[in-house]
Amino acid sequence: MVSGFVVRPNEYYDSVFLMGINKRLAETEGVLQTAVLMGSENNKRLLADIGIVGDKIDAAKPNDLIVGVVAESDGIIEAVIGSLEYYLTVQEVSVATEQYRSMDEALGVREDANLAVLSIPGEYIFLEAQRALEAGLHTFIFSSNVSVDEELALKLFAAERNLLVMGPDCGTSILGGKGIGFANAVRQGTIGAIGPSGTGLQEFTTLVHHAGGGISHAIGTGSRDLSNEIGGITTLMALDALEDDSETEVIAIISKPPDKRVLEELFPRIEACTKSVVGCFLGIEGLSEKLPEGLHLARTIDEAVDLTTTLTSGQIADPKYTGEDTASKLADEIKEALSPGQRFIRGLFAGGTFCYQSQQILRDAGLETYSNAPIDRTHKLEHFDESRGHTLIDMGDEEYTVGRPHPMIDSTIRARRILSEGQAPNVAVLLLDVVLGHNASADPVGDLLESILKAKRARRDQGEELVVVASICGTEDDPQDLDLQREQLEKAGVIVFDSNGKATHFCSEVIMSASGGSDVG
Amino acid sequence: MLDKVDELLSGPLVVINVGLRGFAESMEEQELEVIQVDWKPPAGGDQEMIDLLEDLL
Repeated sequence: MVSGFVVRPNEYYDSVFLMGINKRLAETEGVLQTAVLMGSENNKRLLADIGIVGDKIDAAKPNDLIVGVVAESDGIIEAVIGSLEYYLTVQEVSVATEQYRSMDEALGVREDANLAVLSIPGEYIFLEAQRALEAGLHTFIFSSNVSVDEELALKLFAAERNLLVMGPDCGTSILGGKGIGFANAVRQGTIGAIGPSGTGLQEFTTLVHHAGGGISHAIGTGSRDLSNEIGGITTLMALDALEDDSETEVIAIISKPPDKRVLEELFPRIEACTKSVVGCFLGIEGLSEKLPEGLHLARTIDEAVDLTTTLTSGQIADPKYTGEDTASKLADEIKEALSPGQRFIRGLFAGGTFCYQSQQILRDAGLETYSNAPIDRTHKLEHFDESRGHTLIDMGDEEYTVGRPHPMIDSTIRARRILSEGQAPNVAVLLLDVVLGHNASADPVGDLLESILKAKRARRDQGEELVVVASICGTEDDPQDLDLQREQLEKAGVIVFDSNGKATHFCSEVIMSASGGSDVG
Repeated sequence: MLDKVDELLSGPLVVINVGLRGFAESMEEQELEVIQVDWKPPAGGDQEMIDLLEDLL
């Protein structure tokens, strides 16, 4: 085994573009591992982890491209590095959009621009967002790794100018039917949504769509907006905007519980709101504050959908796709097929909200869960790669995403984890999420299928069954084919639901019934 | 008179996309007007130089 690398100075590409190059290079015969990265300090550490080090790497800057290769021979490394130019050019040509070199240049071309969408490394966000706000643009900031101080400064600056800062760490918004970032193709309608989590909004909007309703706007606020430090600046502005919006009849807020000081401001604002508000504060326990009039509390996103569709005039819930029939048919067989040693659920999620909501549902069912992103701090895993009992992993959390794209785009790590968890002797059920929509993988099920089949086969070889349960967050209008995605899963023996809530309830039923109702955590 | 956030919601959106090209492509597929900025780290990614630039701007 040998390794080699090349540094190409002043060639900057984004992480998704580089993932495409990496995939192509890794397909070369005799290649064991490739890393195609920009020369940030984090990325240099990742290269060192696979044994690729050198003075030129030490000296590389964040806008220098580094390509590292581990292969069976020097000849293969030379061939891979030699083919790099070709792949970079081929992939570049596919981008048709007109391009400019800076925000100022772009603003000079379109003075009527009203929204800046920013997805660059977090350390550079402040400068670019500030420029956009100064020019009077609202901002959608996908990037994470922006400091709290910078976020607060940007939001205060924007609020003075009546501009909206969606983010940082904002995955999804839908404005007037147009999806920004990771968003699903949902029907337009009269339900407005606000939330800090991308997948939370994706789940809510797709389930409203399945229930026959539609979305006026879904406004992402960024993951920290409801913290005491930020004070809910974007959430409160979004609430004002949706209250004023003539299309919106009911407003839903989907989030983890807001911090105390934010809640003290949010509740009176909800009480004063002229429209009904549905609040789904996942993981919330024992509110000491008096609930404001006009607030309808939902325990899960599914419940929030039921409430909003019922509150919206003229819309009757009519779920078109549930997967429940398949599930009930299989449920009895499944309980019988598990061996006494198979006791645990392992959830592997691309969506942070799914991981969180599943923990809440299992906790409510009396099951003790562990996680790298726990609902209760005492149940944090000591190491994110070592599961115990019922473990639910947010694979979009920082430890899995430094230097690589989000698992909704790149499922390499999740596929590997499916294989290892699926073969662990005490594991009974794997719980997964599949997220469709703009910017998600073109074939999210296909990316995971081989691992699912291998894990199931390995267990069968030992005379055991592995139960795999998945929820699909998506609509028939998404770029991926929803029916085909579901069919692929079902053919592989996966039990499919249209919501994470239903999928998790099903897992808890299987485990509780198999263990005779006792807490097996 | 509509305020700025109300204007954003009533559209149409004209977007400047700085970063991931896939975001620009998906917005174009939805028939939004998008201008792509081919972003590179300023000052060659040198943090000291960036801080200096931020102070100057």
